[in-house]
Amino acid sequence: MDDRITIILNDALDAIAGAGDIAGLDAVRIAALGRKGSITLLMKGLGALDPQARRQAGQALNAAKNDLQSAIDRRKEELERQRLEARLEAERIDVTLPERPELPGTVHPVSQATDEIIAILADMGFTVAEGPDIEDDWFNFGALNMPEEHPARQEHDTFYLLPVVGETRPVLRTHTSPVQIRHMLENSPPIRIIAPGRTYRSDSDLTHTPMFHQVEGLVIDRAIHMGHLKGCLRQFVEAFFGVDDVPMRFRPSYFPFTSPSMEVDIGCSFSGNRLTIGEGAGWMEILGSGMVHPRVLANGGVDPEAWQGFAFGLGIDRLAMLKYAIPDLRGFFDADVRWLRHYGFRPHDVPTLYGGLTP
Amino acid sequence: MKLTLAWLKRHLETSAALDEIVATLNRIGLEVEGIEDRSRELAPFTAARVTSAEPHPNAERLRVCLVETAGAEVQVVCGAPNARAGMMGVFAASGSHIPGTGLDLKNTVIRGVESRGMLCSERELGLSDEHQGIIELPGQTPVGASFAAVAGLDDPVVDLSVTPDRGDCFSVRGIARDLAAAGVGKLLPLDTAPWPGTYESPLAIELDFAPGTQDACPAFLGRHFRGLVNGPSPEWMRRKLEAVGLRPITALVDITNWLTLDIGRPAHIYDARKVSGPIGARLARQGESFEALNGKAYETDGEMTVIFDSSGMLGLGGVIGGAGTGADETTSEGFLEIALFDPLRTAATGRKLNLVSDARQRFERGIDNAFAPASMEIATRLILEICGGEASHVVTAGSVPISRQVMDVRPSRVRSLGGIDIPASRASAILGDLGFAVREAGEDAWSVTVPSWRHDMECEPDVIEEILRIHGFDEIPMATLPRPGGIPRDALSAGQKRLRRARRVLAGRGLDEAVTYSFIASARARLFGGGNDGLELVNPISSDMSAMRPSLIPGLLEAAARNQARGLRDPGLFEIGPVYHSVQDQKTAIAGLRTGRTGPRHWSGGHREVDAFDAKADAVAVLDAVGVPVDRLDATADAETWYHPGRSGILRLGPNALASFGEVHPEILRSLDVAGPAVVFELHLEALPRPRTRSPARPDLHLSRFQPVRRDFAFLVDPDVTASRLLRAITGTARSLIREVEVFDRYTGSGIADGKVSLAVAVTFQPEEASLTENEIEALSGRIVEAVRKRTGGTLRAQ
Repeated sequence: MDDRITIILNDALDAIAGAGDIAGLDAVRIAALGRKGSITLLMKGLGALDPQARRQAGQALNAAKNDLQSAIDRRKEELERQRLEARLEAERIDVTLPERPELPGTVHPVSQATDEIIAILADMGFTVAEGPDIEDDWFNFGALNMPEEHPARQEHDTFYLLPVVGETRPVLRTHTSPVQIRHMLENSPPIRIIAPGRTYRSDSDLTHTPMFHQVEGLVIDRAIHMGHLKGCLRQFVEAFFGVDDVPMRFRPSYFPFTSPSMEVDIGCSFSGNRLTIGEGAGWMEILGSGMVHPRVLANGGVDPEAWQGFAFGLGIDRLAMLKYAIPDLRGFFDADVRWLRHYGFRPHDVPTLYGGLTP
Repeated sequence: MKLTLAWLKRHLETSAALDEIVATLNRIGLEVEGIEDRSRELAPFTAARVTSAEPHPNAERLRVCLVETAGAEVQVVCGAPNARAGMMGVFAASGSHIPGTGLDLKNTVIRGVESRGMLCSERELGLSDEHQGIIELPGQTPVGASFAAVAGLDDPVVDLSVTPDRGDCFSVRGIARDLAAAGVGKLLPLDTAPWPGTYESPLAIELDFAPGTQDACPAFLGRHFRGLVNGPSPEWMRRKLEAVGLRPITALVDITNWLTLDIGRPAHIYDARKVSGPIGARLARQGESFEALNGKAYETDGEMTVIFDSSGMLGLGGVIGGAGTGADETTSEGFLEIALFDPLRTAATGRKLNLVSDARQRFERGIDNAFAPASMEIATRLILEICGGEASHVVTAGSVPISRQVMDVRPSRVRSLGGIDIPASRASAILGDLGFAVREAGEDAWSVTVPSWRHDMECEPDVIEEILRIHGFDEIPMATLPRPGGIPRDALSAGQKRLRRARRVLAGRGLDEAVTYSFIASARARLFGGGNDGLELVNPISSDMSAMRPSLIPGLLEAAARNQARGLRDPGLFEIGPVYHSVQDQKTAIAGLRTGRTGPRHWSGGHREVDAFDAKADAVAVLDAVGVPVDRLDATADAETWYHPGRSGILRLGPNALASFGEVHPEILRSLDVAGPAVVFELHLEALPRPRTRSPARPDLHLSRFQPVRRDFAFLVDPDVTASRLLRAITGTARSLIREVEVFDRYTGSGIADGKVSLAVAVTFQPEEASLTENEIEALSGRIVEAVRKRTGGTLRAQ
């Protein structure tokens, strides 16, 4: 009996070792341990033996069965590992193939620059106001101390729309300054607003487009003076360009709606097509500003004896061109996707003061 | 306004260098736009004598010249036919930069003979195109003299941008006055003593204005001259006029131009024998016309001031003189007009006739009326000095206004408006230097008399500005804006926040943000529901930009066409900006466009043509981003006419239309030259439900303890049964249990009865109280099938 067990066991162990796959291994298991397997059949024959021999043979058979089972388990594990290895090998890919395209979209430089400007000025307590593009002549000119015959009007190259009988001729706003009047008429001082938006002048050449963008600023309070205006603009310029000690030039100028009036230039240099802020001998005009004219305050329903303040108008397109070295204004409005993708911004690059204005 | 340094120094005694003068001009508000200083460029070029000019041994046309220069005798090979011994030429040594060629001169050997410099032509110096011969200087010119100085090209020209309020600085005199006040020199006096006339003017003058219109020309001064010789004006005057861009004509005409630029006093001189007195000014008669000295004919209206003589109209007062009565080379008797014209009327006349002139520019900004008699004397001296002859007594009609503007000014406003302390004595001195008279009138009270040449003092801050600008804006210390509220609240309104979110959501969906013009061609505006007269520009820059856009879509389609024409594939764009439905009705629109395929070709496949559902997804994403409950949106197939009628729709919340989307109508694509497919969406911020101010606290989160159950159904329906109708029928059966219904298949074709559509949906049940039993699920499914049958006529598709 023992010899037969040993022979069966050794044959089965050999077969297990030789099994090439799970199915072959399973066949070995069935041949030895299945219902009609060789070990199973010997177990069934135990009843015919005498108790002494039966116990002995039973123990031997159980031991053989356990040996076989664990040999089968080990072999199965090994075969499975081999099968996985073969599968992984077969599943190998060419990792240098291009990934599926996810076309990134872009935010226009005018929008990005506007968000940057708002981020800075919001921190100084400005809120954002709005006004219409099609303006009443009075809001665009008259209320801003530019009556019909005023020579300054000629410089505005105004677009006109057909007048409605009995009403004043509508214009496309030539600047964002009419928002000053609209806001003052609807709100009481103290006032601290900016108003970004589209503006229009009948002018088209290398450096002018008939539409462009401005941000108006207006601060009205009891004791706001030109020192505040200069300080506000310097802090703004340094934050916007991310450069300390930008050379700035405050030039007296003239706007009918401010007195005193000043234009502000920043130092820059041109090299080929590129422009660098804060270096070199060149100056670039970026904004007009001044203390709000008493007549403008009065036209806005604000008592000029009790209140005073400053206003400024920044060219957004020009600021974006300067900061991001964009050479040609006309590209801004052409919607060439190459231009948009080159000069545009990723949507997640939201300008903030804490996370940085510039991506 | 252009002037030269030498011209300025006729009014300003100064030792300041050009750079300092330029810096000061900028500092005090007279912006320098450009400086043309030929003397720098011409510095290497000096006078030199050709001592010998022998034929070149190896070249027939060339000569070998020995040239006496300031340093040494130099051998130069020269090809000019006029190079000869004894002449004075213009020499450039090796190493000099030659402006006409842009090259640096080098020592060379020309056909075996060394050449160590150049004798220059006008072209090489960038003066003209003359290249036939070399420049010849007068024989007595000293060797080594600067060519720029000899040729009178050493006077730098400064180009100033004068702001419209500073009529007084449209003159060299006015600029000199400002510079003197700013401390760069001393203003020189003018000789304005009355010139004694020697005879009575044979021409009388008169003003012929109806009461109430005398302001059009309050005074007219005239003077007759005889025995004149009207040749060329002297070189000093010619050179300066040429330097600032005026062509010299004759002495008398040059003198009037000079007066305009020099002292800001437009004047006109008639040939006295071509006019028949009296001369005068009046308002034009309707339809009166004349030929101006620019050769053009102008028709007047009754609002314009004209100069007349007995023959009729001669010119437009303050704007332009007439042809035929002006002085020419033969003029020996002249009549000088110095008159005052109303700024507003002059401006209106010029604008109506589209006529810009140096005279108009000055009159409309306001000239120094009180200076008219003095101007007459300055002009008289110039005429007599240059043209000889004698002058009559002055004849005058009307009277020169003498009243002066007096203003109350509080010196404390320098501090409170300017933010800087300037001692009152300094402030007062600045005003004095500018011609203001300051009188103390009490505690913090000045009575300030404005000089007659300043018309820009409207209010107290204007006077304060004068003090500040001469003292220097740069001196004003920076101050930080006070921040009374501490940390600021939101800078953006609810609507502004929505736009900002929409922008970044759309960019995040792969679209590029475009900014296109607010105006488009009228015909295109009409295609998109616009083009009404009220939104047409009266003066468009081109016919492509003549109407305010009613929609963002035409601009995006035009942009797509431009990109396609440049070979750029599948542009996907969006824009956020204004659209216009009437003068009063401007809305803020958000629109997007996709064209072509969903992406570039890829080895794995997986791209397709864009369709209406891409545009719908964009629209829904925007609506979601701005807080619209998109799970409650429905769509109807009634989008605007520019959409494909069968492949477009309107997203609605209840009855309210929020956005349109779909394929663009093929006719629109054709007329805008866009290659399809092209899908778009558009919505108006103003049409969206108002954002509610909500507490930041979220509602409670409720998570069911029970498993959701999913069942698939496929229904056969008629083609006019929309997915939306089917979904409503299903969800209506058990609103509290049905959490979600997905349409996962839509099929027509083999296996489906003709004229039927198979719509397959997955319904998810979410029990809240207890797990659903198989029986309950069966019952729910039965109710769904029954509801679909009743409400859509659909039947469950046989498995």
